[in-house]
Amino acid sequence: MPNKDLNVQFTNRGRSGKIDKLNIWGYIFLLPFTLVFIVFQLIPLVNTIYNSFFENYMAGLKQVGPNFVGLANFGELFKSGDLVKYFGNTMIMWILGFIPQIVLSLLLSSWFTNPSLRLRFQRFFKTVIYLPNLIMASAFAMLFFTMFDITGPVNGLFVKLGIFKEPFSFFTSIGATRGLVAFMNCLMWFGNTTILLMAGMLGIPVDIFEAADVDGATPTQVFWKITLPLLRPILVYVMVTSLIGGLQMFDVPQILTNGKGDPMRTSMTLIMYLNKHLYSKNYGLAGALSVLLLIITAILSFIVFKVTGEEELNKKAR
Amino acid sequence: MKNVKKTLAMIASIAMAGSVFAACGGGNGGSSAGTTAATTTAAEAAAETEAAAETEAAAEPAGDEGKVLNIQVWNEEFKSRVTDHYPGYEEVDATHGKIGDVDVVWTITPSTDNAYQNNLDSILPGNADAAADSKVDIFLVEADYALKYVDADVNVAMKLSDLGITDADLGDQYQYTKDVVTDANGDLRGASWQACSAGLIYNREIAKAVLGSDDPADVQAAVADWATYNETAAKVADAGYYMTAGYADTFRVYSNNVSAPWVQDGKVVIDPNIKAWVDATKAQVDAGQTSASADLWGDEWAKGFYSGQGTKDVFCYFGPAWFFNFSMHSDDAASIAANGGWGFTVGPQGHFWGGTWICAANGTDNPTLVKDIILTMTTNKDVLKEIATADSDCVNSKSVLADLASSEDGNIALLGGQNPYAVLAEGAEKVDMSNLSIYDQGCNEEFQAAMKNYFSGAGSYEDALAQFNSAIVEKYPELTTD
Repeated sequence: MPNKDLNVQFTNRGRSGKIDKLNIWGYIFLLPFTLVFIVFQLIPLVNTIYNSFFENYMAGLKQVGPNFVGLANFGELFKSGDLVKYFGNTMIMWILGFIPQIVLSLLLSSWFTNPSLRLRFQRFFKTVIYLPNLIMASAFAMLFFTMFDITGPVNGLFVKLGIFKEPFSFFTSIGATRGLVAFMNCLMWFGNTTILLMAGMLGIPVDIFEAADVDGATPTQVFWKITLPLLRPILVYVMVTSLIGGLQMFDVPQILTNGKGDPMRTSMTLIMYLNKHLYSKNYGLAGALSVLLLIITAILSFIVFKVTGEEELNKKAR
Repeated sequence: MKNVKKTLAMIASIAMAGSVFAACGGGNGGSSAGTTAATTTAAEAAAETEAAAETEAAAEPAGDEGKVLNIQVWNEEFKSRVTDHYPGYEEVDATHGKIGDVDVVWTITPSTDNAYQNNLDSILPGNADAAADSKVDIFLVEADYALKYVDADVNVAMKLSDLGITDADLGDQYQYTKDVVTDANGDLRGASWQACSAGLIYNREIAKAVLGSDDPADVQAAVADWATYNETAAKVADAGYYMTAGYADTFRVYSNNVSAPWVQDGKVVIDPNIKAWVDATKAQVDAGQTSASADLWGDEWAKGFYSGQGTKDVFCYFGPAWFFNFSMHSDDAASIAANGGWGFTVGPQGHFWGGTWICAANGTDNPTLVKDIILTMTTNKDVLKEIATADSDCVNSKSVLADLASSEDGNIALLGGQNPYAVLAEGAEKVDMSNLSIYDQGCNEEFQAAMKNYFSGAGSYEDALAQFNSAIVEKYPELTTD
């Protein structure tokens, strides 16, 4: 009996030694990612949270702080009520852009993936709808700023065609400014979304569609009863990434409104607000705002995931 | 296919080069050496001989001084002044030059959104410890934030006395130009070649049509104070013109005549005169006498420098002498300025606008050269007279201005041959800088931006004021507001 025990121990030791060796290689492969993650993500993240508890800014060329102030920065952010307003602006502009974007993308991707339509020049169109995304957002915004200026070509054209009686000042109208931001975001991202949704649709087994065909389902029924439910995981992914991107909306409204978020700061997004605090190198308030943004993003993503993904998860659990 | 690609690449690069030159032309206002850029061999040869002749006159820097002179600026203005008027300066390319065997490096950071100041803030405090070739030697400041950089505690700008420049050297300069760059201990830390008293620049054609005369005295009578100015504005608007191009045009006239600084004891205070600007401008916007969407320097605003291009032609702009050369597109044959269509008068209230001060950066390794540049550019009467006549700048020298006021040399073509120097010199004597604060740029900018919403009808005065207050607290966390 004791002999047997010894044997077992022996083999065990031998085996575990082998595993250790393999493990080292695993860690080496993980090292580049982990290092990059720690240096460029984790340390800044922890640092931001740490900074949010301090009063620390530049008054002219003189440094104020850092003095520990506890949660005072968070209190200040909530006290003014601006935060809620800018969050509202961000969400309104995101939703205004996202709804047409997802509708357009669903329509285009179902056309592209529908074999019975036999669309020609598919490759060309797929490239064209993706193109706006290749332009730098700031350049795109600058272009729109020039085009929709009161002396710009759009006004010139509309006045000449008799649609406007006199030039319309787009950038002093709340609706027009928000609408332009939403339109630009939609235009820039619908190609990307279309490609993602197409990938999702092509992943649905063809036999299901064929069976539906045999059973005499109409295209509308196929879309609502087969394509959409099976597309849900991809849709959730698109929604979550777009939401996070939307919350971080910055370059388009920043350039379009010259950093002012006019009219009346109704197109000022959360990140533009964050940028305002960096003018005075106000690391405390900017840090607090970043932490809040992290929390908001986490909560919203969780909600989206819960609402749209719950059934899917339940099904899998069963 | 290859050829097609090549052609496309060619077209693209030509278009890019074209846009670059176009941008230069717009900003530079057609100053000679900046735009000639030696495109023809003849011009090159001429420039070379000229430069060779001038090199002899240049001050020889001491042997142990730096080989690179770094200059921080926010636009092309000072660069073109040095290129054209500093003896011995040779242009190498758009951001490089040579003075003797010292390389001059220009770093241009636009002042939009505070980028220029942010840049200075990050490099000036550590300038003394920077590598020899990257030490900043000269930086420029504007009146709106000069006090921030000439602060004795901050000590980023050298005292002129430490450079060996005496009060006697600067005796011919206007007092206000010294007040702007004097620290709390009374030490001078910068100097300017400009005296920027400003006036009302009016469109002669519209003056004839509406007022029946384009004579400066007659126009002055029609804009002598704000009440008559407003009456004239109504007449001008009835005739189908804008009085001013945009809502912010009259701001400087009001803000220079305030009774107290923007910030008192750490609190932002709206002066009664600033409120008066808001009320007057709102009334003008509502009456269609000015545009609520035309930002200063924007496209819509600048259309007034031409006839028949904007929504309406513009009767007047407010500006100092640098405005003529720098802003009014006089190099474009189609502009009103190129045809001498403007006139100049004092306007409802005296004021000043802008101006550029030269500061020696603490830690410079080229003190001799820096001293010579400051002295040559701001006190040498020949150079100053040359600047005034070539660039229609109003220079910071009482005797040169008096000289110009009484001679044909002071007649300016874009003003239809009018000589504005007597008016400008008188204005420069009167400029009062006692209400300056280090927060002026932020306050002026944010106040105009916030009030734009009130003028355009996007919000009430109270809403706009609240927006101004939150913008100020974001910019200057140490301040409080109402």
